[in-house]
Amino acid sequence: MALTIKDVEHVAKLARLGLSEEEKTTLVDQLSKIFGYMEVLNKIDTKGVLPTSHALPMKNVFRQDKAIPFNNTDEILANGPEVEKRMFKVPKILD
Amino acid sequence: MNELLIKPSHELHELLNKKEVSSSELTKLFFERVESVENKVKAFVTLTKEEAIKKAKAVDEKISKGEKIGPLEGIPIGLKDNLCTRGIKTTCSSKILANYLPPYNATVIEKIIAAGAVPVGKTNLDEFAMGSSTENSGFFTTKNPWNLETVPGGSSGGSAACVAASEAVLSLGSDTGGSIRQPASFCGVVGLKPTYGRVSRFGLIAFASSLDQIGPLTKDVTDAAILMNIIAGYDPKDSTSANVAVPDYTKALTGDIKSLKIGVVSDLMGKGIDNAVKDAIKAAIKKLEELGAVIEEVSMPSFEYALPCYYIIAPAEASSNLARYDAVKFGHRTPDPQDLLSMYYNSRREGFGPEVKRRIMIGTYVLSAGYYDAYYLKAMQVRTLIKQDFEKAFAKYDVLVSPTSPSVAFKAGEKTGDPLSMYLSDIATIPVNMAGIPAISLPCGFSNGLPIGLQIMGKVFDEEAILKTAYAYEQATEWNKQRPNL
Repeated sequence: MALTIKDVEHVAKLARLGLSEEEKTTLVDQLSKIFGYMEVLNKIDTKGVLPTSHALPMKNVFRQDKAIPFNNTDEILANGPEVEKRMFKVPKILD
Repeated sequence: MNELLIKPSHELHELLNKKEVSSSELTKLFFERVESVENKVKAFVTLTKEEAIKKAKAVDEKISKGEKIGPLEGIPIGLKDNLCTRGIKTTCSSKILANYLPPYNATVIEKIIAAGAVPVGKTNLDEFAMGSSTENSGFFTTKNPWNLETVPGGSSGGSAACVAASEAVLSLGSDTGGSIRQPASFCGVVGLKPTYGRVSRFGLIAFASSLDQIGPLTKDVTDAAILMNIIAGYDPKDSTSANVAVPDYTKALTGDIKSLKIGVVSDLMGKGIDNAVKDAIKAAIKKLEELGAVIEEVSMPSFEYALPCYYIIAPAEASSNLARYDAVKFGHRTPDPQDLLSMYYNSRREGFGPEVKRRIMIGTYVLSAGYYDAYYLKAMQVRTLIKQDFEKAFAKYDVLVSPTSPSVAFKAGEKTGDPLSMYLSDIATIPVNMAGIPAISLPCGFSNGLPIGLQIMGKVFDEEAILKTAYAYEQATEWNKQRPNL
């Protein structure tokens, strides 16, 4: 299965991932090979087979809707790339 | 080399109890060892010497007061750098998290602290645990202590190498498709991937949430059981953690495997497996038979599809998990972004390495409109077939065995140009994660001076059976007594 530069650019946009022109060309080649390899899956008949998303049975876990204080907000804020008045600062999104 | 450096934790525990050595002396010794070999091995991203000295002193005070100490108290341990440690850099070996200081501890870290273990440092990995050699680390490649030109395996390469090189007594790693067992195999140590849900993933930086599991890398099987006793158990902070009683794993170490039914996975003993590896596994199987186990061959036809299936499911989950690196609240942010979108694009372009980008691309593609059914849904169906193959086999056998890796450690640079050939090195370990079952790798021979690993797989929540089998084999052989000459 061959991918094009356009495919790569489309997927990169969905993933909000910036790529250089060189990275795009490399990915066209590598992803085509990888998806080509995955075509082996077409050999196996899975009609009527239920999909497994978790290996073990999972159920929703509920707890009381009760806030538990986290007393370490300073260390959370300390990780912020840009912080002003105890708020994370981002580029303007509305005019 | 000082004898103390090569001892497993249960032997050091005895010496601490008898006051033949103090934890402070032990800690000093291990950091001297780190100083002398780390420039060759490069197992650690961050060293935590000050923290370690403090912890060791506290343990020594307890001992001098005649207080009882736990099995890991005062024992130097390495911690994979995708486990959140409060106030200690946790990088995932990624530039995007190069300066990340977690505001909380992972549950396993809380447990290790409560157990009184002494942290040597945070170990190197393939960026975000994506890889099989540590060559995808955003910082540097760890070297295999047995041969510095070869890789230590991955992604928990630093955790395996630091134990093999005696820079720590034992360590914690994580395993999504083989990331504990394959490096354990390459470095000649014991590595155990527990049942999915057995160990809390809270604070383990997520790669593929339905597959990730934390586990021990150790010098012998006894140490693996001891570390499992400490880290296993239900955690309300991880909704996928299992509320299943935790046994005392050391009780499984009886050495008795008479009449144990063992299935040899024939699909992992043929094409694509190196002859030297096959010979070592055959010899190991013979040894297990001599010990009284009943051996039969079993075929797992779905294994042929496990690898492509994994490389759809794991990247799909990763692309979703890694969406959180948006440069807003933590992590690398590109300087002076023009607008919000370019902040996302450029921060992620600068922060992620090539393999992580590749997996985000694969994952986003297989989840995107028009391709979901052909790839992701199909892979989840194949996952069901893999699970069913295991269920059928475990109806007949107590444990299954295979090689851990199709080859011994490969040379650095040998596979970096061809991602697909790198992916193929996980062929024997991946089915285990897909089915959520536990498996252990332990040394069973050498080829060209490089260790070979035997993989033993067990039923869901039956870590005891694989520990029992591994222990019996270890007691009957000398492989785990071999040490690299650094």
